[in-house]
Amino acid sequence: MTNAALPLSAPGTPSARPVRRRIGWGWLGIVPFLLFAFLFLIAPTAYLVVGSFQNAKGALTLENFQQLFSPAIIATYGNSIEISLVTALAGGIFGFLLAYAVISGGLPGILRSALMTFSGVASNFAGVPLALAFIFTLGRVGLFTIFMRTVLGVDLYAGDFSLYTKLGLEIVYLYFQFPLMILIIAPAIDGLKKDWREAAENMGASSFQYWRHVALPILMPSLLGTMILLFGNSFGAQATAYQLTGGFIDIVTIAISRQMRGDVLYDPNLGYALAMGMVVIMAISITAYSLLQRRSERWLK
Amino acid sequence: MGFPNPSIGGSAVQGALGPGEHGSAPARGAGRVRGRYLTRIAWWLVFIIGVLYFFIPLYGTLDFSLKSKPFLSAYTAILNDSQFVSTLTYSFVAGILTIIVSVLIIVPTAFWVRLKYPGLRPIIEFITLLPFVIPPIILVFGLDNTYGTQPLALTNSDNGLNVLLVAAYVILSFPYMYRAVDTGLRAIDIQSLTEASQSLGAGWIRILWQVILPNLRTSLLSGAFLTLAIVVGEFTIATFLSRPAFAPFLGLVGDERPYEQAALALVSFGITWVAMILIAIIGRNSRSRIRVTVG
Repeated sequence: MTNAALPLSAPGTPSARPVRRRIGWGWLGIVPFLLFAFLFLIAPTAYLVVGSFQNAKGALTLENFQQLFSPAIIATYGNSIEISLVTALAGGIFGFLLAYAVISGGLPGILRSALMTFSGVASNFAGVPLALAFIFTLGRVGLFTIFMRTVLGVDLYAGDFSLYTKLGLEIVYLYFQFPLMILIIAPAIDGLKKDWREAAENMGASSFQYWRHVALPILMPSLLGTMILLFGNSFGAQATAYQLTGGFIDIVTIAISRQMRGDVLYDPNLGYALAMGMVVIMAISITAYSLLQRRSERWLK
Repeated sequence: MGFPNPSIGGSAVQGALGPGEHGSAPARGAGRVRGRYLTRIAWWLVFIIGVLYFFIPLYGTLDFSLKSKPFLSAYTAILNDSQFVSTLTYSFVAGILTIIVSVLIIVPTAFWVRLKYPGLRPIIEFITLLPFVIPPIILVFGLDNTYGTQPLALTNSDNGLNVLLVAAYVILSFPYMYRAVDTGLRAIDIQSLTEASQSLGAGWIRILWQVILPNLRTSLLSGAFLTLAIVVGEFTIATFLSRPAFAPFLGLVGDERPYEQAALALVSFGITWVAMILIAIIGRNSRSRIRVTVG
C-alpha cells in the first residue's frame, strides 16, 4: 500500500502545501478509495499473480505457465477465444446496423429511444435468467423449436445443433453483445456529420463511395474498439455458460470455476495461472479498446 | 430522416457553389429518393429482425411459465415461496449497502480529484476500469483465497462472507459509479460552489453532504439503479461465496419446478427493466434540473 501510495501523492503535495490551512485534512477523501481498491481488488489479484508463480510447496516456479501450453488448456482457451471472436464480430456488425437503422435509417424517432432503453436492459440481461430464457425458447422442447417442427416441419435438433454447445452459447451471448454495441456505437454514428455526406454527394460520390472513403474510415476506430470490448465482455462471462451447460462446456471461465470447486485434477496454482492468462487477454483487449477510442475522438467530437 | 436530407443539403450547398451548379439537381434527386425508399425498407428489416431476436426468448419464457395448471399457478407459487422472498430481499439489501458504500467512497474521491488533484485523474480512472479487466470469476477467486487463510479470514463466518460479497459488488460498481459522478461533477461549477460554501463557513463534510451531494442527485440515482440491477442479477460471486442471493436461487430452482423457474426468470428481467426505465426517466429530467441548480 505505502509503495503504491507514494508516487500517487507526489505530484499533489507541492501544490497542496501553500493552501494547507484551507484544505485541512480534506485530502483524506481519496484515501478510502485507494485503501478499498487495494484491499478488495488489487490485493486479491496480486495473490493470484504470486500464486501463479509458485508450486504447491510455495517455491518459485514457471511450471504453471508451462502447463498452460498443454493441449487441453490450449483447447480451452481456443474455445473461449473462438466464442468471443464470433460473438464480437456478429454482435458488432448487427449492433452497428441496428443502431444505424434507428439513427440515420429514416425510422421514426421514437424507435431510437425505445431501442436505447431496451439495449440498456438487454446488455445487462446476462447470466442465469438469460440462459433460462433461451432454454425455454431454443431448447429441445422450447417454443421456437416446437414452432419450427410443427408449423414449418423443420427439426432443429435433427442435425448436430444443440443449444448446449459452442454454437448455442454463441447465439445466447449475442443477446447481450449486440445491445452493448448499440449503446457504445450510437454516439459515434451521431458524430457522423451530415455535411460530410452532402459534400460527398455533391461531388458525385455514390453511397458506396461515401461509405468506402468517408464514413467507414472515420468510424473504423470506434467499430474496432467496440468489437474488442465485446470480445472481452464475452471472454469474461461465466454465469450464462454455467447455467446453460451445467458447467459442461470447455471454456476458460468454467475451467476456473472447476478449479475453485476443487473438482478433478485440483491444482490451485494451475488455477491461478489460468486466471492470469485470462487477465492478460482481458488487459490487452481493454488497452486496445481505449487506444482506439482515443483515436476515434479525433474526428467524432 | 433520410428523406428531407437532400433538399436541405442542396439549398445549403447551393449558396456556396453558386446558382449555376443547381441545374441538374432535381433529376438526380428523384433517382436518389427512390433509392432512399429501398434502403429505408432494408433498415426496417434490420430493425424487425432485432426486435424478434429481443422478444422471442422473452415470449418463450412467458409462454412456458403460463403452461402451469391452474392458470398463473407458477406466479402464485413463487409469491408464496419463502425462499423467493428471502433471496430477493437479501439481494436488494446487498444492493443498497453496495450503493451506500460506493457513493461514500466515490463522491469524495471524484470531487477531490476534480477540485485539487487533476493529475491523479488517470490513475483513479485506471483503477475504476480494472473491474473490466478482472472479471467477477477472477475477483471472487482472488478474494476467496486472500481472505480464506488465517490472518484475514473472512470466509469462515456468514458476516465475513457478507462483507466480502458487498465489497466485491462495490468494486464492480466502481466503473459505473465513477463515470456517473464524474459526469455529474462536470455539469456543475464545483469550484464556485466550494468557495461560496467555504466563505459561508462550511467545512468539508458539510460541503460534500449539503452542497455537492444534492447537486449530484440525478447522476447518483442513475448510477444507483444500474448498480442495483447488476447486484440483483449477479450470479458468479454470490455462488462462490455461497450467499443466499437471488440469482443462485434462480439457478437452483431447477428441474422439479420448471414453470416457477420461468416465472422467476421473467421477474428478474422485469427488475432490470424497471431499473433501466427509471434511469432513462431520470436522465430525461436531469438537464433542466441541473440548469435550475446552477442558475
